[in-house]
Amino acid sequence: MNEEELVEYFRDQLRKDPDTASAVAAIRTLLEFLKRDKGETILGLRESLTWARDCLTEVDSSVAVSSGGELFLRFISLTSLENQDLSRCKKVMEERGELFLEKISMSRTKVAKLCHTFIKDAAKILTHSYSRVVLRVLEKAAAEKKRFSVYVTESQPDLAGRHMAEALRKLNVPVTVVLDAAVGYVLEKVDLVIVGAEGVVESGGIINKIGTYQTAVCSKAHNKPFYVVAESFKFVRLYPLNQQDVPDKFKYKADTLKTVPNLSDEHPMIDYTPPSLITLLFTDLGVLTPSAVSDELIKLYL
Amino acid sequence: MWIFAALVFPAQRKWSSIVNMADSGVTDGPEKKNDIERAKNEGKDLSKEEKQRLRKEKKHQKKSKEKKDEKAPQETPSAVPAPAPLPVPASESPVPADKPAKSKAELKAERRARQEAERASKQNKKGEVGQQVATGKTKAPQSELQPVVKRLPEHIQADNPDVLKKLAKKLERQQTPGYNATTKAKIPLRSDYGRKVSLFSHLHQYSRKAPLTQQLSIPSTVIHPAIVRLGLQYSHGIVAGSNARSVALLHAFKQVIRDYSTPPNEELSRDLVNKLKPYISFLNQCRPLSASMGNAIKYIKKEISNIPSHCKEEEAKSKLVNCIECYINEKIILAAKAIAKYSIEKISDGDVILIYGCSSLVNHILCEALEKRRKFRVIVVDSRPRLEGREALRRLVQRGISCTYVLISAVPYILPEVSKVFLGAHALLANGYVMSRVGTSQIALVAKAFNVPVLVCCETYKFCERVQTDSFVSNELDDPDDLIVTRKGKTHLEDWQQVDSLGLLNLVYDVTPPDFVDLVITDLGMIPCTSVPVVLRVKSVDQ
Repeated sequence: MNEEELVEYFRDQLRKDPDTASAVAAIRTLLEFLKRDKGETILGLRESLTWARDCLTEVDSSVAVSSGGELFLRFISLTSLENQDLSRCKKVMEERGELFLEKISMSRTKVAKLCHTFIKDAAKILTHSYSRVVLRVLEKAAAEKKRFSVYVTESQPDLAGRHMAEALRKLNVPVTVVLDAAVGYVLEKVDLVIVGAEGVVESGGIINKIGTYQTAVCSKAHNKPFYVVAESFKFVRLYPLNQQDVPDKFKYKADTLKTVPNLSDEHPMIDYTPPSLITLLFTDLGVLTPSAVSDELIKLYL
Repeated sequence: MWIFAALVFPAQRKWSSIVNMADSGVTDGPEKKNDIERAKNEGKDLSKEEKQRLRKEKKHQKKSKEKKDEKAPQETPSAVPAPAPLPVPASESPVPADKPAKSKAELKAERRARQEAERASKQNKKGEVGQQVATGKTKAPQSELQPVVKRLPEHIQADNPDVLKKLAKKLERQQTPGYNATTKAKIPLRSDYGRKVSLFSHLHQYSRKAPLTQQLSIPSTVIHPAIVRLGLQYSHGIVAGSNARSVALLHAFKQVIRDYSTPPNEELSRDLVNKLKPYISFLNQCRPLSASMGNAIKYIKKEISNIPSHCKEEEAKSKLVNCIECYINEKIILAAKAIAKYSIEKISDGDVILIYGCSSLVNHILCEALEKRRKFRVIVVDSRPRLEGREALRRLVQRGISCTYVLISAVPYILPEVSKVFLGAHALLANGYVMSRVGTSQIALVAKAFNVPVLVCCETYKFCERVQTDSFVSNELDDPDDLIVTRKGKTHLEDWQQVDSLGLLNLVYDVTPPDFVDLVITDLGMIPCTSVPVVLRVKSVDQ
C-alpha cells in the first residue's frame, strides 16, 4: 500500500462516517495497511507502520491522530511476537488491532455515561466550538430527560460553533450562539463549562481549539467548574510549558504547514490550557483530576 | 526508680524470653542466656551460634516490648533499641495468660513492672495515653486500632534532653563488639553552639570552629581514617552539594570495604553493616545526612545484607565495590546525561535562563545545551552567606556562556526579562514539595507571580518518602557566625551572643510547594510535581 492509497483510504474513512474522530479513521487506515502489508520481517513491518503513521500526520496534523497512532502501534506490539511464523505474528497483531479499535469505539459511550450525571436539571452549560464527544454527552443527558440549555461560542475562524448549535437544535435542546468575545459576559449566567479536547498532555492540561484557554481563564475567575471530556487515545507525551512551547506541527493545519512560507503570518488553530484551570477530566479510564493524568500516561506508555 | 527499673527490666526480659522460648520450643533459654550475658560482659568472643541465638532473642524481645506498654524506654540499659514516646497501650492481659509455668517471684516482678509502667505513664506528659494504659488491659485486642504516635527522628529533637542522652548512649554503644573495655573509643556527641532562634530550637546548630574530630581520641580504632577525613570535609563545607556529598560518601565506603577484613566467627553480611553504623553516626554528627546520602546508604546496606553467606571474602568485597561503582554510574552520571537530553528540548534559541546558586546538574545541562549550539544567556542569582552563585558563574563563563550576576534581592527586578527558571533540588518529597537551598522557594514564588515557567531538575535517587509542608519541621542550621561580616573595618555582629534578645539564623534548606513548579525533569522523563509518588511506587516495584 503506497502513500496515495493510504491517504485515499483515510479520506474515504472520514467521508463514510463523519461522526468518528479523525484519530479512529487513522487507526482504521493503519490496520488496513497492516493487513495489506507484504513485508517479510517484523522489524520491517514496524518500520513501515511508523512510516504510514507519519504520512497520515502530514494529511491531518491534529494531535489526536499522532497520539492515536502512537498508542495503536504500542498496543499491537505489546504482545509476545516470538512466533517464528511471520503470518501468525501478523494475525496476532491484527487481532490486537481489532481489539483496540473496538475498545476505542466504546470510549465515547463510556465518557458520556460518566459525565451526564454532572449535568443537573435546569443547568446552563457553556461549550466551545464543535466537539463530538461533548455532543454525545449532551445527547445522553437529554435522553435522561434532563432539561438544560446550552451556550455555544461561534469559534472563529471556521465558525464550527454554528455546526454544534445545529446538531443541538436537532436534539431539541435550547441553544444560543455567542461571540468568542462574549464568553466573559455570558459566564455569570452559566453553571458549568464543558469542552472537548484534541489532545491531553502530560501535565494534565489540554490542547484544544483556539479560545479554550480564554474560556478556562474566565471560568476560573468566576469560580465555575471547567470540565474536559476526552477519550484515552488522545493522551500524548507532550509537556508544553506555555503557549509558545506547543510544537508548530500541531498549531496549524497540515496544508498550511506545507504551503505557507512564513508561519508567523498565520494564526494558530489551537491553544494550550494549563492543568491549574481544569477541574476534572472525563475519560474512558474514569474521572480524573489533572494530576492523575500523568499517572495514567505513565501506565499507558511505559 | 531508675535502679528499680533496672532491676525489673532484666527480669522482664527473662520471662519475656521464656515466653518466646516457649513459643519457639527452646526450653533451656534462661540459663543459656545468663551464660551469654556473662560471656559478653567478660569480653569473651562469642561463637557464631551463640551470636545467632543472641540475635534471635533480641528480635523476640523487640516484638514483645512493642506489645507491652514501655513508658520509660530511656532507662533501658540493654542493647535493644526501645522506641521513644510510644504510647501503644499495653496488651498485657493476653501476656499473663500464656505463662502458666512461671514461678511466683517472676509473677511478682511482672506485676511490679506493670505498676511501674503505669506510674510512669501517668507522670508522662501525654496524659491521654495514661487512660489508654488503664483501659488497655480491658481493650487489649483493640489496641492496634488506636492511633500510634510515630517516633520522631532524633535530629529534630535537639531541645529534648532525654533524646540527647539517648543519642549519647547510642553512640557509646556503637562499637565493634569483642573489643576490650579499655580500648573502647566512643563517638563523641557534638554539642550545640550559640543561642538558637526559638522556632528552630528543635534542630542542632554546630560551630565550624569546633569540629567533631577534636573530641576524638587518638588512635581512633573505631572510625576509619577515610571517614574521619570525609566528616571533616563535610563539617567545613569543603565537600558541599548534594551530588558531591553522595559521591564522596560512596568513595569513602569503597575504601572502607577494601580495607575491611571479616573477623573470625562473623559473617561479612552482618558484621560489615554493624561496622558501618558508627561511621554513619559520626558523619551525621559532623553534618546531618542529606536525603541522597540516606538513599545511597540504604542501597549499600541492602547490597551488603544480600551477600550470600557462602561467598568468599575477596569475591564479596569486589562485588560490593562493583555495586557501588554501578550505583554512582547509573544514578548520578548517566542520569545527568538523560536529564540533559530532556532539558535541551525545553531550551530554545533566544532564551534567558535564570539559575540560583550552584547546582552541579543545572550547570551540566547548560554546558550540554551550549555544545548543542543553543543560543541563550544566563542570569545567575546568588545569596549570602554561602555565595555559591559565584562558583556557578565561574564555571559557566569559563565555557563561554554569557552571564549576568545578581543578588536575590534583585530577582523581581530582572524577572520580566527571564523566559525560564532552572532550579536544582536537594530532595523531592513524597507530597511533591521540592527541598532545595534556602531562597529557592522565594524565586519560585516570584517567578509564578510573573508567569515564568519554573523547571526543577532532579535525579530519581534524590526522591524520598518523607512528607513536609513547611521548612520548620525538619531543616539544617548552619554556623550562625557565618552571618557576621566585616565592612569598612567594623564588625557589628561580633558580640551577638551577649545580646540576649538577638538570635542569628543561618538556614540551609527550604521547601517549595508543587503549585509553584511547572515541570520536574528526571532521568525517567518529564513529570509534573504531583507525580513524585508515582515514580516512588514504580521504583519500589522495580526493586
